[in-house]
Amino acid sequence: MQSNAQLEYDYSVVKLFTFTTILFGIIGMLVGVILAFQLAFPELSNLAGEYGTFSRLRPIHTNGVAFGFTLSGIFATWYYVGQRVLKMSLKESKFLMTVAKLHFWLYFITILLAVVTLTLGITTSKEYAELEWPLDLLIVVWWVLWGVSMFGMIGMRRERTIYVSVWYYMSSFLAVAMLFLFNNMEVPTMFWANGAPSSAMHSISMYAGTNDALVQWWYGHNAVAFVFTTPIIAMIYYFLPKESGQNVFSYKLSVLAFWGLMFVYLWAGGHHLLYSTVPDWMQTMGSTMSVVLILPSWGSAINMLLTMKGEWGQLQTSPLIKFMIMASTFYMLSTIEGPIQAIKSVNAIAHFTDWIPGHVHDGTLGWVGFMVMAALFHMAPRIFKRELYSKKLMETQFWLQTVGIVLYFTSMWIAGITQGMMWRAYDEYGSLLYSFIDTVTVLHPYYTLRGIGGLFYLIGFLMFAYNIFRTATSGRVLDKEPANASPMAS
Amino acid sequence: MFHWLEQRPFFFAVMLFATIAFAGIIEIIPDFAKASQPTVGTKPHTVLELAGRQVYIKDSCNACHSQLIRPFKSETDRYGMYSLSGEYAYDRPFLWGSKRTGPDLHRVGNYRTTEWHENHMLAPAEVVPGSIMPKYPHMFTNTADIATAYANANTQKSVFGVPYDKDGMTKLGSWEEAKAQALEDAKKVAADMKNQSVKDAVANGQVPEIVALIAYLNSLK
Repeated sequence: MQSNAQLEYDYSVVKLFTFTTILFGIIGMLVGVILAFQLAFPELSNLAGEYGTFSRLRPIHTNGVAFGFTLSGIFATWYYVGQRVLKMSLKESKFLMTVAKLHFWLYFITILLAVVTLTLGITTSKEYAELEWPLDLLIVVWWVLWGVSMFGMIGMRRERTIYVSVWYYMSSFLAVAMLFLFNNMEVPTMFWANGAPSSAMHSISMYAGTNDALVQWWYGHNAVAFVFTTPIIAMIYYFLPKESGQNVFSYKLSVLAFWGLMFVYLWAGGHHLLYSTVPDWMQTMGSTMSVVLILPSWGSAINMLLTMKGEWGQLQTSPLIKFMIMASTFYMLSTIEGPIQAIKSVNAIAHFTDWIPGHVHDGTLGWVGFMVMAALFHMAPRIFKRELYSKKLMETQFWLQTVGIVLYFTSMWIAGITQGMMWRAYDEYGSLLYSFIDTVTVLHPYYTLRGIGGLFYLIGFLMFAYNIFRTATSGRVLDKEPANASPMAS
Repeated sequence: MFHWLEQRPFFFAVMLFATIAFAGIIEIIPDFAKASQPTVGTKPHTVLELAGRQVYIKDSCNACHSQLIRPFKSETDRYGMYSLSGEYAYDRPFLWGSKRTGPDLHRVGNYRTTEWHENHMLAPAEVVPGSIMPKYPHMFTNTADIATAYANANTQKSVFGVPYDKDGMTKLGSWEEAKAQALEDAKKVAADMKNQSVKDAVANGQVPEIVALIAYLNSLK
């Protein structure tokens, strides 16, 4: 084993992606809060003409937080973790350095173009695959660049065995490549315009109707898997042991959870299509495999929690450990909630209601958001070589955001189940008891609460952004890299 | 075996990809072998309807409205006959949606009229008190993209063999013919509307987005 001292890692790309994590995080979450309040107070939907309606903004929120905030966080941590666990530095290869920089700039341009085109209503309508074909091509280019940098860095490694985190990053790269390519197979219509002055930005899906739905949710569900789950597990496998100074609890459990997750996850997409027109056996597979998915999901989560065995005292002293343990806890919550919703009889009530966005957000806010921020907090003293600016601010942020998440998902649980039950309620004469609008107006208090929860989270995120900014600019300079626990000023 | 793999990233990646791809191969390929058959009586959309469908997509109506009626009594009582796979045979992309912030629209053409949509798109809460749907006044002034709708239909016909111009099916023809037909269809919709600027635009050979959208919504049955 070589010592770290001999290698000087290059953080220039890490810093760029850290910056976009924060920038797109603020934009994506702000739009999210606006959307939440638009549902509670619909007049807010008409403040900016056609560009400010709920429907036009919604894809900007989902794309902004998934592919702006989360992907940036994934790339930032990859270039940090990758160099360290592979024991190589980007400084050692001009080629890989160029690839990494190009990866960043093409990515950055794509996300900016995404915001512009979605605002203009240029969309394919397929969820999380809304971007039109020219942008899709751009995405393919930088996704391949990421792969080149990843396998290039692996090729240069000094550490023979590749660490768990790298397995998970690799799985994200491979799976998203496959899913994205197949789901975005589309035909630009301009080539068959037959003389009509048609738009160059329009395409239609290669698949029709039920087949299109099947491919879409095979993609949609697993985009969640390989953007919101596996790379975040990659992060926690590196950052939790590093920050706490503890060894990962069990290697065997890591192996079991990893290969289990890889095999099972892809089947579960069918649970988005229960009671639809896709073949019944796929719906049943979707349900069943979603329940099986509890095992590998909890396998990782328990492995992480047990890593803290005997060291739980650190929760009291380090807000950073708190973020990571809370992230892992939310991961467990959300991976037990998902399978419950995937059971056909539960899904009959839950599908199409607010329980679904509720479920998504205890995963994304609690698990993804907390883990990405924890990773950035851990990296900051090492990439800026300065002490974290304020521990107090971290504590306040932690509690504010935790309360925000709890408000969010509890209100959406109530809203979803209320609405689901009202849709199916009959009176004693056998007529539907509620008109549709009754099931909308009843949600007002929950929509308001959800907006407040989201606002808490956004304020917490701004505290995070400020804390990182002050760390980078005015934190106390460190003379050597901290071994484990990140140093933080009170 | 795992130790061995973990030291050989290439084989690791190959194994990993095979594991990930497995479910897709089993689930998706058989379904594609038998392409979805259209239900008897299902016809491809007209150019005007496709232009309206594009308005629906542009403003992400599918973010809040589903087009999938599940086979439950509470749904068939509310929305009509449950959805069949063959009804979607020409839908590229599919528009099932995943959230019902508003009601399902798969058969909205059966129980709403042009006049109702006109009032509703302008001020939803005045038609349905308590509605949280945004207002869409810009659809009354923006012009629908008939040319792209034509390119869309012609792509479906040329690339995917959708039966435009076949016996008893929707007529497509050349761009000039299709444009004239779309305008003709638009006039029929506009005749049931009361907004004067929309009527004037159609009379002048323009198709406002709202006209195309209503044509599309009326076709959902």
